[in-house]
Amino acid sequence: MLRTPAAIAGAALAALMVVLAVIGPPIWGDAAELVNAGAILQGSSAAHPLGTDNLGRDLLARVLVAGRYSLQLALAAALIGASAGIVLGALPSVLPARAGRLVTGAVNALVAFPGLLLAMFTAVVAGLGARGAVLGIGAAIAPGFARLTQTLAASVSGADYVAAARMLRVPRHRILARHVLPNIAEPLILNLTQALGGALLGLAGMSFLGLGVQPPDYDWGRLLFDGFGRIYIHPEVALGPAAAIALAGIGFNLLGDALARRAARTPVRTPRSRQERPAAAADAGETEPGAVLDVAGLTVTFPSGVTPVRGVSLSVRPGEIVGLVGESGSGKSLTAAAVGGLVPYPGTVSHERLRLCGEDVANLSRKQLGTSLAMVFQDPMASLNPALKIGGQLAEVAVVHQGATREDARRRAVDRLGHVHLPEPEKQAARHPHQLSGGMRQRAVIAMGLMGDPKLIIADEPTTALDVTVQRQILRLLREVVEESGAGALFISHDIAVVGELCDRVVVMYAGRVVEELPVDRLADGAAHPYTRALISSLPDMDTDRALPLASIPGRQPAPAEVGAGCAFAPRCPLATGRCATDRPALEAHGHDHRVACWEAS
Amino acid sequence: MRIDDLTVRYGAFTAVDGVTLEIPPGRIVGLVGESGSGKSSVARAVSGLVPHTGSVTGASRIQMIFQDPYASLDPRMRVGDSVGEALLHLPRRARAAEVTRLLGMVSLPPETAPSYPRELSGGQRQRVAIARALAADPDLLVADEITSALDVSVQGSILNLIRSLRDRTGLPILFISHNLAVVRYVCDEIAVMHRGRVVEHGHTVDLVSSPADPYTRTLLEAVPRLRR
Repeated sequence: MLRTPAAIAGAALAALMVVLAVIGPPIWGDAAELVNAGAILQGSSAAHPLGTDNLGRDLLARVLVAGRYSLQLALAAALIGASAGIVLGALPSVLPARAGRLVTGAVNALVAFPGLLLAMFTAVVAGLGARGAVLGIGAAIAPGFARLTQTLAASVSGADYVAAARMLRVPRHRILARHVLPNIAEPLILNLTQALGGALLGLAGMSFLGLGVQPPDYDWGRLLFDGFGRIYIHPEVALGPAAAIALAGIGFNLLGDALARRAARTPVRTPRSRQERPAAAADAGETEPGAVLDVAGLTVTFPSGVTPVRGVSLSVRPGEIVGLVGESGSGKSLTAAAVGGLVPYPGTVSHERLRLCGEDVANLSRKQLGTSLAMVFQDPMASLNPALKIGGQLAEVAVVHQGATREDARRRAVDRLGHVHLPEPEKQAARHPHQLSGGMRQRAVIAMGLMGDPKLIIADEPTTALDVTVQRQILRLLREVVEESGAGALFISHDIAVVGELCDRVVVMYAGRVVEELPVDRLADGAAHPYTRALISSLPDMDTDRALPLASIPGRQPAPAEVGAGCAFAPRCPLATGRCATDRPALEAHGHDHRVACWEAS
Repeated sequence: MRIDDLTVRYGAFTAVDGVTLEIPPGRIVGLVGESGSGKSSVARAVSGLVPHTGSVTGASRIQMIFQDPYASLDPRMRVGDSVGEALLHLPRRARAAEVTRLLGMVSLPPETAPSYPRELSGGQRQRVAIARALAADPDLLVADEITSALDVSVQGSILNLIRSLRDRTGLPILFISHNLAVVRYVCDEIAVMHRGRVVEHGHTVDLVSSPADPYTRTLLEAVPRLRR
C-alpha cells in the first residue's frame, strides 16, 4: 500500500508523532520544567537549540514534551466530532420520516456554517481552556462527518440486501447496526485519520488565539502563542512549535489520503497493452488461406501468473459469422479484446499467429487497424461520447482515418446511419447518444464501425443489454452487414441459442481454451464435447419438455488460477476417466469442419 | 392471492397502470415483458418496496428474491446470519437448527452457514437468498429475474429448485423474467406485460401455442432458437 512517496512520508511522520507522544514526557519532562532564572528569554544556543522562555525553560524540551498533550487533545476532538457526526448522520435512517428530515435539515445548516466560527463559538460558550477548545474543534468536525455518514448510509440503504432485510421486518435500528454501519465503517475510519490531522491544526490555532490550553499547561499551539511575541528577535522560539504542528498535520493528512486512496482501489489505467511477440512460431498449424482473421496460440497472461486465455486458435472467413460461446470466466471476451489489441493493463498477449486479412497485425498501422476492424460492445454508451452528437462522432472516424473532408465525412455518416436502418438518419445525426434508445444506440455504434471498410467485425455481447425484440433486429442487421460487405464477424455471447440463430460456425470456450468448434447446423444434435452438450441441454427453449427437470452442470468452472494439467471440464464431466484428470486432450479434427478436445468424444 | 388495480407512478411517469392479477395457491405465475414494461415495478409494489395504489389481498407475508445475488446478500454478514435474520424470535439453538433445515431445502450443506457470500458461487448465493426468503414463512414468493445474473449451466438448477419448492410446499410464486423460454419452462400461467398493462394472461401451454395479443406474438417470435 505504501507505494507513493507521499504515503511513505505520511506514515513515517505519523509514526514519529506517536513515538514522540509515548517517549517525550518521560525523557524530556524534567528538562521542560526546569526553571533557570539565569537563562530567560534566550535565543538559539548550543545548550538551548530553540532558545528558552520567560522562566528560562528549554523550549526544545517543551516542544518534544508537548507532543503528547497536543495529540491527546487532537484525538479527543476528532473522536468527539466523529461520534457526534456519525450519530447525527445515522439518526435519519432510524427516526420516523418527519424527525429524520428535521435532523437532515439541521445537518445541512451546520455544514453551511463556517467551521472556524462554529469552533470558536462553542469554545467560548464552553469556557476558555483545553476542554472548550476540544469541544469547539469537535463541533467543527461533526457536520462534515454527519454529511459523509448520511451520504454513505443512503447508498447502502438502497442496496438489495437492505431491501431484503426490510421485507423480513428486521427492526430499523438492527438494519442500521448490522447492515448499514458495518458496510460504511471503512471510509468513516479513513476519514477519522484525516480529521485527526485537521483537529491537530485546529487546536493549535485555538491555543494560538488564546482560546485553547491555558498556563501552566502547554501544547504546541500555546508554545507558538507564547513565542510569537518574540518572532522578530528570536524567530526560532516560534518556528520550533510551528514546525511540529505543520509536520504532524501534514503527516496525518497524507496518511489519511493514502489510506482512502487504497480503499477506493482506483485501477491504474493505461490505454494499450504491451504486446509480447514470441520469436519464430514453432508449430502454428496450417494457415487458413483467405481468412479475414487467423489466430493461433493466442494467450493472455496477467503478472500474477493467471492465464485466462490459453493457446486459443480460431479463424474467421469472409462473409462468415463465427460465434464464440462460453460462460463468464471462460476467456471469450479477453480473446476478442486480444484480437483488437484492447487487453487491459497489466495483461500481456502472446501468440504464434495473429493475422488480419493475411497481414500480421504487428505490421498494420493503427490507421489500418482502425478502418479494417470494427468493434461493437455490450454497452453502446461505452463506445459513444455522451457529450457529442452522433453524426459528429461518426464523421470523426472518416476524418481521422481516411482523411476525408468534414463535409464528405458528415455525408457519409448520415448515409451509414441510414444503412443500419435508423429512421430519419439526418435527424438522428444531430442528436446526442442519450436521446436514442438502447437499440438505436447499438445501431449507431455498428454504423460507426461501417464508416471505414471493415474486414472484421468483433461484436462482444452486443445484444445482451437489449430486449428480445430489439435483439432480433440487431442480429438481423449484423447478418445483413456481413453479407453486404463481405466482412467476417466474431460474435461473442454467453447465450448459445443466440449464437445458434445468428452464426455459421460456433467455437465453444471453457476455462480459457477452445473445447469444440463446429458448424452451427450440428450444434443441436451433433455436438461432441460433453460441455457443449450440457450447455445446450441446460438452456430451456420453446420446445423443452416441461415435465422433466432441466439439465444443469454440477460444480463450477475453475478460475484461471485453478486450471490444472488435465481436461479442465473433467471434474464436472459425466464421462470423465482417470486419464482426463491428468492428460489434456488436444483440439483434434472430428469430421468435416468439426474439431473437439475430448478423450471420450463420440 | 390477488392483485387488484395496481398502479405505480414515479412522478409523472406511470410505470404500472391498473394491473389486476390472480395468483392461485400452489401455482407459479410468470410475468414477462421487455425492459420498461413495468414488471419489476409490479414485483416491488407487491413486496411493499415502492408506494402504489390498488390492493394486494390474500397474502400478508410476501418475500422477494432479487436479480443479483451479489448485491442482495450483505457482504459483511455470514450466510447463516443472513438466513437467520427472519428468525430472531427463536432461541439461538433452535435458530441454528432452522437455518440448517432451510439451507437443506435449497440443497446447500449445513457447512455453508458460517461462510461469507464472497466465498460462494453465484448459484450458491442465489440459493442462500431463496433460503432467506423462505425463513420468513412467506405466503407468496416474488422472484424478480432471479437467473439473469447467473450462467446458463447454473440457471437450470435454480429453475428446478423453484419448481420443486412449489411441488413440496405449495407456495404460490410470482416469477418475473424477460426470458420467455425460462418462463414457459417454470410457470403454470403466464401474464404478458406491455407499457404498464397486462395485455394477455393465460395458461402457459395455451398462451405459447395460441397467443391472442399481437404483442405476445411478437415476443414469441423473437425468442432465439437453435436451428434443428
